[in-house]
Amino acid sequence: METVLQQVQGFMYPNEIELQWSILIVLYPFITGLVAGAFILASLEKVFRVEAVKPTYRLALLTALAFLLVAPLPLQLHLGHPERSLEMYLTPHTSSAMAMFGFVYLWYLMAVLVLEIWLDYREEIVLRARSSKGVLRLLYRVMSLGVDTISSRSREIDEKLARLITIIGVPSAFLLHGYVGFIFGSVKANPWWSTPLMPIVFLFSAMVSGIALVMLMYMVVSWWRRTGIDMRCLDTIARYLFYAFIIDFSLELLDLVHRIYEADESFKSLDFMVHTRLFTSQIVIQIVLGTLLPLGLLLLTQVARLSERTRKTVYGTAGVLTMVGIFAMRWNVVIGGQLFSKSFLGYTVYKLDFATREGLLPAIALMVLPFVILAVLVRLLPPWEAAAVPPPARSKVEG
Amino acid sequence: MPTTRRELLQKGSALLLVSGAAAAALDAVLAGTPEKAEGYRLDEHWWAMIIDIGACIGCGNCVRACKIENDVPREPYYFRTWVERYHVPPGELEHPLVDSPNGGYDGFEDRATVPAGSKSFFVPKLCNHCAHSPCVQVCPVGATFESPDGVVLVDATYCLGCRYCVQACPYGCRYIDPRTGTVNKCTLCYHRITRGLTTACCETCPTGARQLGDLKNPADPIHEFLRTHTVHVLKPQMATGSKVYYAALDGSVR
Repeated sequence: METVLQQVQGFMYPNEIELQWSILIVLYPFITGLVAGAFILASLEKVFRVEAVKPTYRLALLTALAFLLVAPLPLQLHLGHPERSLEMYLTPHTSSAMAMFGFVYLWYLMAVLVLEIWLDYREEIVLRARSSKGVLRLLYRVMSLGVDTISSRSREIDEKLARLITIIGVPSAFLLHGYVGFIFGSVKANPWWSTPLMPIVFLFSAMVSGIALVMLMYMVVSWWRRTGIDMRCLDTIARYLFYAFIIDFSLELLDLVHRIYEADESFKSLDFMVHTRLFTSQIVIQIVLGTLLPLGLLLLTQVARLSERTRKTVYGTAGVLTMVGIFAMRWNVVIGGQLFSKSFLGYTVYKLDFATREGLLPAIALMVLPFVILAVLVRLLPPWEAAAVPPPARSKVEG
Repeated sequence: MPTTRRELLQKGSALLLVSGAAAAALDAVLAGTPEKAEGYRLDEHWWAMIIDIGACIGCGNCVRACKIENDVPREPYYFRTWVERYHVPPGELEHPLVDSPNGGYDGFEDRATVPAGSKSFFVPKLCNHCAHSPCVQVCPVGATFESPDGVVLVDATYCLGCRYCVQACPYGCRYIDPRTGTVNKCTLCYHRITRGLTTACCETCPTGARQLGDLKNPADPIHEFLRTHTVHVLKPQMATGSKVYYAALDGSVR
C-alpha cells in the first residue's frame, strides 16, 4: 500500500486511496456477459428460428452453463466474509440491486438455463441412463429426475416447454446482464458509472462477447474433433456478431459524445484519467484493438467476397480481439471507476498482485475453470448430433 | 404416589436441559442488542453536527482522538474523520490545491509553495449521517442502517464485506477494516452520545469548530447556529439528506 500511496497524484479522500473492487469484480460482469450472450445466440435458433445456427445450439447452452456456475466464485473470493453471503438470499435488503440480483441469477440458472438444457437433452439422458453402468448410470438417473419415458407425446411436451422456456429466457438473459449494468449504473456517487445507459451498454457488450465466444468455441471444437465447419452457420454467427457490435459501438460512442458535450463537473477529471492512467486499456486495447479493428474485419467479410479459408482466419482474429476488447471494457468500467477521486482532484493506482486472494493467479484460474467444467459437461451431454447412444446393457440375469 | 428417584432424575434433567436450551436461545436472541443506556430514548433525538470552517485551525486533535477512541487502524488509508487543507489561488475556485497528509493526524506542516494571495482554510470531514443515505440503500443484507435517532451505523457481525456501500458513499467516508474484513466508519461515537457525552472529535476540538447537535432538542445551540450562520452541506446535488452542516463553506470545497 505504501507504493500505492506514493503513486497517488493530486488529492484523494484518504479512504479512496485503496481500490475497493479488484480484478475479480472485473471478471464477474465479463463472465455473466458471456453467459447472456451465449444464451441469446442459442435463442436465435429456438425462438427466432434462425436455422443456420443450429449446430451451435447445444454448445452455446452448455457453454453458458459452465460459465454461469463459475460466476459466483470471483464474488465469493472477494467478499470479506463469504460465509455470510447466504444472508443475501435469506435476509435480502430489497432496496439493494446487489441483493435482488442474487434472485435474478438464481432464477436464470434454475428456471431458464438448467431447465432448457434438461428439456433439450432429456431424451438422451434417459437413453444413457438405461445404457450406462455404475456411477454414470446413477448420475444419468439422477439427471433424468426419475422420469423414464421418452414416448413421442413426452417429447412433444419437451419441445413445447423448451420453446416456452426459451421465450421466457430471452428477457431473463437481458435481465441477467442488464442488472449487472444497473448495479454500477445506479451508483450516483460515481460519475464514471452513473448513467441510465449502463445496463444497455453492458447488455450489448455481453451479447458481443457471448456470440464471439460461441463462434470461437465452435471453430476450436470443430478443429479438435476434425469435423468440418458448417460455413453457413459460421457466417450467420459472424453476421449477428457484426450487428450486435454495431449497436454496442454506437451506444458507447453515444456515451462518449454525451459526456464530452455536456462536460459536467466530472468531465475534466475523467478526461484526464482516460488520457493518462487509462490510456492503454481504454484507447489502445478497448477502442482500437478491441472494437475498431474487429468491426473493420467483420465489415470486410460482409462487403467483400472472401474465400472460406480467409473468412475463417478473419473470424478467428476478430473473435479473439473482441473478447479482449470486451474484457478491457469491463476493466475500464470497474477499475477506471475507482482510479479517480470523487473530489475530481486526484488519481490513484491499482496494484494487481499475483498469488493473493484477489490477484492475477486466481483470476486466471477462474477463467480456465469454466472450460474444465465445459469439458466435463461435453463428455456427459455431448452437443453434437452424431453421438450414438450405445444399446441397453445386457441384464446380469441373462446368459 | 410420591415422586420416585427415577422420576425426579428424569424430570429434573429434562427441566435443566430445557431451561439450559432456553437460556442459550435467549442469549442468542439478545446478543445483537446493545447494552441499554439508562434513560436514553431513541425517539427523543435527531443527531447532526455543525462544523465552523472559520474556526478550524487544522490541529488534527479530532483525527487523533477519533482513532484512539474508536480503535481505527493507524495506517494512512483508514479514517473515520480527517481534515483537508485548502489553498484557493486567486480566481481559481475550480482549481484549489488540496492535501490531507495522513488525514491530518499529525497536523499540517507548512506547504512548500503556496500561490500568492491564496485563500486558505481547513475542512474537517466525516460521515454525514445522511437522512436519505445512498450507502444504506445499496447494502445487500441491511448490515448498514439508519438508527431512529439519525445515526448511520454498521452491524459488523452481519456485514459481508462486499464494499458496495464504500462505492456508493459520495463523501468517501467508509473504509474496510483490514482486521475484520467488514466495513467501518464514523458512528458519531454512538457509545458516547447515548450516554450524554459528546463525540470524541467534538470533545477535543480546541476552538469549538466541531459541535454535536441534537435537532430534536429545542434548547440545543444548533438551532441558533443554523439560523445565524450561512450553512451548506457537501454535495447538495446528491440529495443525500446530509446532516453535517458547514458554516462558511467555500465554493471550492469538494
